[in-house]
Amino acid sequence: MSDIRWYKFSSPQTFYPLAGALAPWFGVAAALFAGYGLYISFFLAPTDFQQGEAYRIIFIHVPAAWMSMFLYLIMAGWAAIGLAWHTRLSSMMAVAIAPTGALMTFIALWTGALWGKPMWGAWWVWDARLTSELILLFLYLGFMFLHAAIDDPRRADRAAAVIAIVGAINVPIIYFSVKWWNTLHQGASVSLTRIPTMASTMLWGMLIMSIAFWLYAIAVVLIRVRCVILERERNADWVKQLGADA
Amino acid sequence: MNWESLSAFIEMGGYGTYVWGSFAVTIVCFALEVVGLSVRHQHVLHERNAHHHEAST
Repeated sequence: MSDIRWYKFSSPQTFYPLAGALAPWFGVAAALFAGYGLYISFFLAPTDFQQGEAYRIIFIHVPAAWMSMFLYLIMAGWAAIGLAWHTRLSSMMAVAIAPTGALMTFIALWTGALWGKPMWGAWWVWDARLTSELILLFLYLGFMFLHAAIDDPRRADRAAAVIAIVGAINVPIIYFSVKWWNTLHQGASVSLTRIPTMASTMLWGMLIMSIAFWLYAIAVVLIRVRCVILERERNADWVKQLGADA
Repeated sequence: MNWESLSAFIEMGGYGTYVWGSFAVTIVCFALEVVGLSVRHQHVLHERNAHHHEAST
């Protein structure tokens, strides 16, 4: 009996108000975690003995890079479900995730460039980690542009889903690139030696900021999927009957 | 506490441009995304209402 309720929420009509009710809570939670995360980033986390204050970029660089990969896999997953079972809402979720995923990828690349310049002496190098992350940005953009280029939304869903699914192979390549190839990009360990608790403070800050990025991404994807639902179902009776502030 | 003064905080040990360039652009990106979505949602609702009124009169 219980799975009948889940089918209910797979309809755009029932998911629209649910997403509207949930989004503000995720937004508020994201702001609280971001506030605490920024406090750790700048006031609790000590200076790095090798990189000085420049390492503080890690508190947004790593969460953004993680999110760029997570969101891609979730987007590809929803696109695949939409392709296999013709569930409209699944494809709408994929469409709603893509711009936020692309934004996270841009932030990872941007903060990486601003970190690379003082540490490596270069804004950009064509090494495996950076190049595969740049390809991830192009995959997101390719998904978005292809979807936008096809007038029939259901056909667009199917065509874009193929890009999303094929491109998913790039995510493990990004993740393992620092192991598989000899790259300039450092591994996860950064030596922090001023007091013994430094490494854990840094990890804690990264964790809190990652939770903030997750919550933010969920909030904006819920808001965007509401826009996508309205745009696609504008001729449906339930949309016409919505109030002006719905 | 890491900082002896506000200017030390802003200078970030000489890496101010890089650190603040990273955090500022990230915050601006998120702010633009939220504002853009809010505008888009209002626009869709308005279009639908305009269309709806046109059809019903």
